[in-house]
Amino acid sequence: MFRIVNKKELNSTVTLLEIEAPFVARKAQAGQFIIFRVDEMSERVPLTIADYDREKGTVTIIFQKVGLSTKLLGAKEIGDSIQDFVGPLGVATEYEGMKKVAVVGGGVGCAIAYPQAKALHALGVEVDVIAGFRSKDIVILEDEMKAVSSNFYLMTDDGTQGEKGFVTDKLKALIEGGAGYDTVIAIGPIPMMKFVSLATKPYGIKTIVSLNPIMIDGTGMCGGCRVTVGGKIKFACVDGPDFDGHEVDFDELMNRNSVYKAREAELAETHICRMEKLAQELI
Amino acid sequence: MANMSLEKIKMPEQKPDVRNKNFEEVALGYTAEMAVEEAQRCLNCKHKPCVSGCPVNVRIPEFIAEVAKSDFMAAYRVITSTNALPAVCGRVCPQESQCESKCVRGMKGEAVAIGRLERFVADWYMANCDEMPEKPESNGKKVAVVGSGPSSLACAGDLAKAGYEVTIFEAFHKAGGVLVYGIPEFRLPKAIVQKEIDKLSALGVNIMTNMVIGKVLSVDEIIEDMGFDAVFIGTGAGLPSFMNIPGEALVGVYSANEYLTRINLMKAYLSEYDTPIRKSKAVAVVGGGNVAMDAARCAKRLGAEKVYIVYRRSEKEMPARLEEIHHAKEEGIEFHLLRNPVRILDDGNGQACGIECLKMELGEPDASGRRSPVPVEGSNYVIDVDTVVMSIGTSPNPLIRSTTKGLETNRKGCLVVNEETNQTTREGVYAGGDAVTGAATVILAMGAGKKAAEAIDKYLKK
Repeated sequence: MFRIVNKKELNSTVTLLEIEAPFVARKAQAGQFIIFRVDEMSERVPLTIADYDREKGTVTIIFQKVGLSTKLLGAKEIGDSIQDFVGPLGVATEYEGMKKVAVVGGGVGCAIAYPQAKALHALGVEVDVIAGFRSKDIVILEDEMKAVSSNFYLMTDDGTQGEKGFVTDKLKALIEGGAGYDTVIAIGPIPMMKFVSLATKPYGIKTIVSLNPIMIDGTGMCGGCRVTVGGKIKFACVDGPDFDGHEVDFDELMNRNSVYKAREAELAETHICRMEKLAQELI
Repeated sequence: MANMSLEKIKMPEQKPDVRNKNFEEVALGYTAEMAVEEAQRCLNCKHKPCVSGCPVNVRIPEFIAEVAKSDFMAAYRVITSTNALPAVCGRVCPQESQCESKCVRGMKGEAVAIGRLERFVADWYMANCDEMPEKPESNGKKVAVVGSGPSSLACAGDLAKAGYEVTIFEAFHKAGGVLVYGIPEFRLPKAIVQKEIDKLSALGVNIMTNMVIGKVLSVDEIIEDMGFDAVFIGTGAGLPSFMNIPGEALVGVYSANEYLTRINLMKAYLSEYDTPIRKSKAVAVVGGGNVAMDAARCAKRLGAEKVYIVYRRSEKEMPARLEEIHHAKEEGIEFHLLRNPVRILDDGNGQACGIECLKMELGEPDASGRRSPVPVEGSNYVIDVDTVVMSIGTSPNPLIRSTTKGLETNRKGCLVVNEETNQTTREGVYAGGDAVTGAATVILAMGAGKKAAEAIDKYLKK
């Protein structure tokens, strides 16, 4: 069992948990992920590592409560434990040769974009962060991202905070303005990563995206997380999760990630039943 | 006087049209009377041809003689002196190509039902006198076992009995490897596997789940930082192959590993589990091995109206156990033999809606000795299916070999070992099972695990 030692609600749907997992904390690096399972009946769900503390032996994850498993996880409190927590999985992000980088985060993807910016900043690389949110009330990690970037640009779709517009608008303007990025790291919803990759392609700027497809084991064994990159089948769990955004077939990934949508809706019902049952057991 | 019946005593089974709707065990096992009667068919041949067909050399005529005398305890002792997992092997070994293929009775009529008798003895023991073993006195030496499939269980068991402090590192949340994620409940009840694992725990084996070796710890760290004196690698052949045909990325296309893991390990067939799986009407399973039969029979049990096996050679070349092919047919699985898929069709919404196949003819024998299939030009046709399961083989996982210096592998990514000792190209590091041989059988993996345990014992006593 893995104990929760800290919990923060970052906005109404995004939660931060710090979990005791000394073996994982010992080895974790930016860009890698873990797989959690809340209890015996639960699914295995991958989440990218947001932070780690090797001395305390803890790993931090930040997630949006969108499906049954993330809702169950979000219902856990400090002192509670979850059944399984395995990692670190996947290949860590390669920063070699980077001098000036734009880190682009979209929504809850900022939870993963932030540690990338932090790691680059620590290596002495010049980092600009462009963070995009739908609206003011879901902005997360603003101060943290500011602290590790030379320039921080906050974008909202509705203009309620920062500038009105999409991250791609800002990125294009910065590139056109001569920002001179050698690399762009984009992490967020699939459409955002797709359009960031399309935006950088004409300029030939290396673009790294972090993919989060459906997977079971995270060790290359199920093949569920296969994505087409440069026309070849790759397993996001062992070959990724980072890939060259100019080579990824985003439309295929979006289609594959929709596989259990109907089941999700059905489970939302079951979830209520299970939550009620758990509540009754507590009383 | 031996029972001279030409046929084996039939083993009671659930009826096909009943069992293809549930996940309970298909074969129900012999009663004591049936076992004794079948045991009397054994001629107790002096030269024991059957034993040479067994990868772990179970003393077959000896245990059968005990069964014939109704001394099931004595039979159990004979079997377990060389085979630690008889309840598993009695169910999943391909006896027809091993022990039973050598049986003298098989020359005229059917071989003695060695597998069924082994299963009977193991089940009888579990039901009647299943005491847990005790932890032997420690010899102070530590051995790490990576993976918890059949080779690892056999290796860990033998080492623990010899007094070693054994730790098993398993990547999944549950121990058992292919016995829990791959082979379905209806062929190998998980309670049986769990019992074997509980026995290891009773022997003092420490089982650490959620540990992906090569990621969370390297083999070198296991030895240098954690102080293990030797390591056994039994990580199996877990990487699924795909055909690289158009449409394999469509929704509704699974590897057999994913399909079976969702069902067997993650219990997608039980409503109280959250695991999602596609609700299929028609399923094509590509391949002809045991895994393909398992996937097809699972699909049927999950409610698919039509389930097809698509295999590029003929039935004779199918690597699956005879009994599995027979059971699959009885349960209503349709076989499209000498057919090779060329693409999977898209319904326009990114979902699989059919599989296009090409008819094949058998040509000259290939390197494997089996006649190789040759496509018949222009014979394409489409089977309407909403789900395709690719079951065309697996290869060893590169996680360990790519993170451990000095571990040599062959062209196929299998670990190279000394055949006598199962030692890898690194001193103190041993390996066995599918990680060495590529996809093979449970019993071969167990045999390798035992051999490695013996060699590790010798190495550490030096």
